[in-house]
Amino acid sequence: MVGMLRRLGGMVVTLALSSLVIFASLYAAPGDPVSFLIGNPENLTPERVAAVRAEYHLDEPFGTQYLLWANDVLRGDLGTSFVYQQPVADLLGSRLAVTVTLVAYAAVLFVVIGVLLGAVSALRRGTVVDTIITGATTFATSVPNFVVALVLVSVFAVQLRWFEVTGDGDGFADRLYHLTLPAIALALGALAVITRVTRQTMVEQQSLEHVEVARSFGLSPPAIVRRHVLRNAIGPVLTMSGLTLAGMLAGAVVVESVFGLNGIGSLLVDSINTHDFPVVQAVVLYMVVAYMVVTTIIDLVYPLLDARTTTGGDTR
Amino acid sequence: MTQNSAAAPAVRPLTGRTGRRRHNAWTVRLCAAILVLVVAVAVLAPWITPYDPYLADFGSLWLPPSPDHWLGTDQLGRDMLSRLIAGARQTMLGAIALLALATVVGVTVGITAAWQRGWVDAVLGRVTDVMFAFPGLLFVILVIAVFDSGTGTAVVGMALAYAPAIARFTRAVALDELARPYIASYRLQGAGGLVICVRYLLPNMVSTLLGYLVVLFGEGLMSLAALNFIGFGAQPPSADWGLMVAEARNGVIQGYLGPALVPGLTIAVVVVATNVVGLHLSDKLAVRK
Repeated sequence: MVGMLRRLGGMVVTLALSSLVIFASLYAAPGDPVSFLIGNPENLTPERVAAVRAEYHLDEPFGTQYLLWANDVLRGDLGTSFVYQQPVADLLGSRLAVTVTLVAYAAVLFVVIGVLLGAVSALRRGTVVDTIITGATTFATSVPNFVVALVLVSVFAVQLRWFEVTGDGDGFADRLYHLTLPAIALALGALAVITRVTRQTMVEQQSLEHVEVARSFGLSPPAIVRRHVLRNAIGPVLTMSGLTLAGMLAGAVVVESVFGLNGIGSLLVDSINTHDFPVVQAVVLYMVVAYMVVTTIIDLVYPLLDARTTTGGDTR
Repeated sequence: MTQNSAAAPAVRPLTGRTGRRRHNAWTVRLCAAILVLVVAVAVLAPWITPYDPYLADFGSLWLPPSPDHWLGTDQLGRDMLSRLIAGARQTMLGAIALLALATVVGVTVGITAAWQRGWVDAVLGRVTDVMFAFPGLLFVILVIAVFDSGTGTAVVGMALAYAPAIARFTRAVALDELARPYIASYRLQGAGGLVICVRYLLPNMVSTLLGYLVVLFGEGLMSLAALNFIGFGAQPPSADWGLMVAEARNGVIQGYLGPALVPGLTIAVVVVATNVVGLHLSDKLAVRK
């Protein structure tokens, strides 16, 4: 309990400091904050300057500015986009669905395929199959995901015409269809980690006493794998999957821009290219918060997943 | 991130040692040979390109590989092999600069934290926590949003993003090392903190750090390529590998995969080679303890 509270407290402090970094980055920019925020010198009219000064409370001392900004953010007011002329929160909301669906789709792919490959590799340990799986997944991790994405587009969209080259689709089924190639491109890089963790925990489990006992009772090998080996591997695999998924919320930036998806990653890239700083701040802040929250939840949930603590009996 | 992923894999913490050998000797030798070759090509680049890597030839766009152009030509009719060679220099230089900067900052801070403990250590811990809160390429992207795109910004931003991880690793290694008797004996002899750290501690840590840094080099190269691909780093007509893939992407839709695939796969091969060599080094050098 104390540990949990400390972990939560640590998360809040880190979030507060990260948000301070994100806010203060404005002051690191060359030139003064007003002209940096407005970006295009043509828009540097007195009214615009006054509006920006008021919105960012630039006449207040720095500490007050940050607190007022943080207060707005906590109430869901992320400021106004200079380019789209609409509240950043609306912009983010309309783009979020694509990114979340993409990441969830990729997560399903890398968990299912990763666990499968890891299990096969553990059961066929030391054979050619094991070597091939380990080698192939490791190589897949080293291919940049934008290259994987372009190869997928070339083969499945241009040559075979199974999928569209770009666009994120309307309606759920159509969206899933459009997100298939991006999700594969995103998932491929994560496959090696999940495969490795599954393989390692399963190999460790196989030599433990409870598995020996089950074997000596004459349980069939598939039943042993299902009930005793895989089940105890769930904890580490889910932890690693969760961490990978958390990273993907930000890692989708590159894949989204290759496939022209209207997610928050491509929003971030566009807003940097158009010098739309309020949007940059909001998206970065959002990604940091999402990442921190997911990783903290994993830390807190992990003890609950351990089969030894949930089934009540100590198996050792 | 990488991205990957590039960004997604890029955030994975790197723990090199698991205490077993991962690759057989021939794989390691092959990978080391690849790295030596790439470095040699990077050094000799200006003298060995068969054509001018920046010279457009609109009469020969998207040519397939032929005896004249071994790897074909790109969307501006530039010789792919020449661009790949010129790109080796820029890509490797970028990754080396990033790693060198990150290492100098990270190792200095890490050793200082281990030696001083107290507030320096506490501040380092906080800074690292905050940096680790920015997943993947996010911190660099924020730096680029503030300071504008460009190779310099991308390299410095990435170096700042990697420095805390190096500092944390160095700190852990230095703490182990500082607890050993030889450090106490130098202290007894009246050597100053700076002298002990630089002359005795650092050389003894090099072997442990080396493997970690080599693996980090591959990761940095991939993340830098991702930034260049999005257009935040090197700008045209640079022959940087990541940028080459980005510039050739329109060709993919028209059916020309080669100009995007060649630099893309080269990145992958170099990253695999650095990983294998790096992990081998950390396995091998860690045995010393």
